[in-house]
Formats: sequence, C-alpha cells, structure tokens
Amino acid sequence: MSGAAVSEPATPAAADQAGWVKSERQREREAVAARQRLIRGLIATAVTVVVGAAVVTGLLLAPGWDRVQEYFLSWPDARDSFGAIGEGFLINIGIFLVAEPCVLVLGTLVAVTRQTVSPWLAPLRLLAVVYTDLLRGVPTILVVALCAIGIPALNLAGVTTSLFWLTTLALVLCYGAYVAEVIRAGILGVHPTQRASAEALALSRSQTMRHVVLPQAFRRVVPPLMNDLVSLQKDTALISAVGVFEALRAAQDYQGYHFNGTSVLVAAGYFLVVAVPLTRLTDWLLRREIRREHGR
Amino acid sequence: MSLSKELGTEVGAGTAPLLEARDLRKTYAGRVVLDGLSLTVERHDVVCLIGSSGSGKSTLLRCLDLLEPIDDGVVRLDGREVSDPRVDPREVRRRIGMVFQAYNLFPHLDVLTNCTLAQTKVHGTAPAQARATAMALLERFGLADKAGARPDALSGGQQQRVALVRALCTGPELLLLDEITAALDPELVGEVLDIVRAQAEAGTTMVLATHEMGFAREVATRVCFLDGGRILEQGTPEQVFGDPQQPRTREFLARVL
Repeated sequence: MSGAAVSEPATPAAADQAGWVKSERQREREAVAARQRLIRGLIATAVTVVVGAAVVTGLLLAPGWDRVQEYFLSWPDARDSFGAIGEGFLINIGIFLVAEPCVLVLGTLVAVTRQTVSPWLAPLRLLAVVYTDLLRGVPTILVVALCAIGIPALNLAGVTTSLFWLTTLALVLCYGAYVAEVIRAGILGVHPTQRASAEALALSRSQTMRHVVLPQAFRRVVPPLMNDLVSLQKDTALISAVGVFEALRAAQDYQGYHFNGTSVLVAAGYFLVVAVPLTRLTDWLLRREIRREHGR
Repeated sequence: MSLSKELGTEVGAGTAPLLEARDLRKTYAGRVVLDGLSLTVERHDVVCLIGSSGSGKSTLLRCLDLLEPIDDGVVRLDGREVSDPRVDPREVRRRIGMVFQAYNLFPHLDVLTNCTLAQTKVHGTAPAQARATAMALLERFGLADKAGARPDALSGGQQQRVALVRALCTGPELLLLDEITAALDPELVGEVLDIVRAQAEAGTTMVLATHEMGFAREVATRVCFLDGGRILEQGTPEQVFGDPQQPRTREFLARVL
C-alpha cells in the first residue's frame, strides 16, 4: 500500500545541455534571424521618426500655431501656475485615495449580494439591482451636484457639509455601481466546476464565495477594474463643478485671471503623472501573478 | 472527523447499507438520464460503474453527492433519507469525498492549501494538524515536494493525485470517483490508479465510474453495467466480465475489451 508513491523522472535542464554542440545549421539560422531583427528595427525607427516629424511640422506650420504656442505653451505661466495647481491636486489625490478602497468594498458587497439566495436578504438583493441600474444610468456630474448641494440642503443634524466628503460620496456611489458589475462579471466567469468541487468538499455557499470564487474572480477582472480606477482618478476633476478648489479649478482660475491656458496643460500633466505609473504597476502585478500560477 | 467516522460505522453496523439509491430519476431538459436506477453500497464495497458515455454514470455520482437535484426516487446514507430538502447537503458531503474527471483543483491556492481548506473551514481541524494530515498523505503518494506549487505547474497525473489527496484529507467514509483517469495520458493513468488501489486495499468504500476495464476487474467487489439510465446487469467482476448475461453487456464489453 505504501508502494503507491511514484517517483518523478529527474530531468534538470543542465543535464540535458551537457555534451550538446550547436549545429552549423542552427548557427546559420541564428545569424539570419539576427539580421532580420536588425532590419525590422531600422524600419520601425525610420517610420517612427518620419511620422513624428510630419506631425510636428504640421503643427508648427499651422496658420494659428503662434497663437496656440503663446496661449498653451508659455513657460512663465507654467512656472507661476505650477504651485497653486499642485495644491489643488492634493485634494484630487486625497479624494482618490479615500474613494478607491470604498469603491472596491462597495462594489464587492453589491456584487456578492446579488449572488446570494437567502430569503432574508431579498430586500438587499432588490436594493443592489436598483442601485446598479440607477447609478450607472445617471451622469456622474449630476450625482456630484445632487450630493454636494442636495444633502446639505436637507439640513440633517450630524451630517457633514464638507464638500470634500460629499463629493467623495458621490464618486463612490457612481463608481461603486460600475465596479460592482465588473466584479459580478468576474464571479459569473469562474467555471461552475470550481463551485462544484468546493461544494463537494462541503464548503458552505459563503465559504465557497470567500475562499474559491471571489479570489479567482478578482484576478480575472483586474484589467477592467484598473480601467475604472484610472477613470475615477480623472473624474475627481468633476468636483470642480461644485466649486471645490482642486487641480482643474485652480488651473481654470489661473487661466481666467491671466488669460493664458498653459495652466490647463499643467493640470493635465499632474493627472498623467499619477495615471500612467498606476496602469504600468497593475500590468506588472498581473503578469507576475500569471507567472506564479503557471510557472514555479 | 475520525470521531464521526467511527460513530457512522457503529450506528450503521449490521443495519442499513452505507449508501442506498432507490428508483432514481433524473432528466436534463426532458432527456431522461437516470431512469428508475437503484444501487446499494455496503461498507468496504468497491463498486465500479461501467457503460458507454451518456449511460448516466457521472450523473448518478453527482446525484449521490447531492450536487444535482433528483427528479424522483430516494437516496439514503446510513439508512437516513438525505434526498429530503430539509437535510443540509453539507452534512452529507462532509462524509463523502468526490474526485472529478477534470481535477478541479483551486488554481489560486497552492497544493497544500488545496488540501487543508476543507479540513480547517468545514471540519474545524486546527491548521497545524490539517497541514500535518495533508503532508503525510502527499508524502505517501510522492507529492511532498509539490506542496508549495500551484496546480497549473503540475502534470495532469500529479494534479489528479493531488485531487485524490484533497478528497482523502478529511477521512471520508465513502469516495465517489468520476472517471478520474479519463483526461490523462495512458502513461499517467497508472500513478493515479495506484492511489485508488491502495485505498481499495485499505477498505475504503468507493463508487467509481471508469473506462479502465482491467482496473475494474482487479479492484471491484461489484461491477455495475449502466445502460439507458438503469443498471442493466451487476455482479462480481468474474460474473460481469467473464459471463455477461445481457446481450447489451456482451456488445459493450466486446467493443471495449
């Protein structure tokens, strides 16, 4: 009975490599492949330079280029507006950092609620469906206005009137609905056999969800989830509509005061500096996770 | 978990069979898959279900584990009807281990965690104890060095051996094996069947659907030939393979042997 152990054939790569000399034919093939790579690289570089030069020339030769340059690319204005916009951008970052985890938690709760079957949770399921349908259907800027103006107007005791928290709430509500649908798609995408084998191990429905389904669902939806989170980071600019002095508002203020639009480009730069590394980071995290699952 | 196993043995000893299915009926979208099928499994039985694809082997196993609702009939475990909607299927599945054709390991968990999940979450075993149990079984079946690997990094045979270990970790009273070698290269079938053979010799009660006729002849205490959702013929391997009574059984065996 103990003889059931099966030994694995040991084939370390090094042992296979010993005594192997690259054949003449393989060396020829590698030389040809290297030449082809070089030619492809040269073509790619040349095409990129030509197209880039054409675009820049087209811009520079445009009849209105001088005025555009003066209005959007003025170095002194960039320098002068940089500090104020940076201060405003701290508010964008603050809202993003608070809203992001809240969106993920709310989205997960709503998605999981929709998958429950308990009769006691029927009202919550209904609420979850109505919430996602409603909040995905209404423009974000309207929700921002409703929260920032409507909630204080109710004059409720103990409810904050801080625009920071009210606009954060609005963004969390809107993005929570999108993220809930993304996560629900991930949950439905986990193969039914995974659920069956969890149930065969006598795991309960909630244990199956928590230990088997959700972890796999999250992994699947990281790319669309990041899409929504980068979009959330940009949409923090929507709160300028109710007068919060964040980056975009600060840029517009400078623009209006100095009759120069360079500040708007500066604000765009601030948003890009956060968004681009964020997407690169998640790409890298995802690739690492895939390697872990398949390799080792 | 050993306590419940002993209790189960004592309560059921000499009275009711471990598992009993009476007149099971199951249809999928109007197609009848199980047509009044009855099966009795006594303790230490190794029941092999044979029959062509679509004869109802897999469906029967899934119904016995309550993974599929049945359309009629009764399933009894230890004499107690478990096909009653008031019975929590988890109570039944705690005592039954099931292994699937496609392994169905959890890809996001390493091999060891795959094997400890049910022990800790369902059976309340302490994590250290659960790990020790899993490691002992993995070691016995030559998988100790794979404990930290993710399932997708293993060969099919290794994955299916891990799936067997995962099912064995909670000390089930009954093992249901659903064509567990059907997806494997012929070379890898042996290493998986070795584990099943060891369990059969140790007296584990098993119901297995299989296409490995040689293996069925070797380990089975009873062979059941399924055809059209019923057990057309059953008996010892000698009877069914050596002297089949039904023309349909003879026809099937002539094709696969």
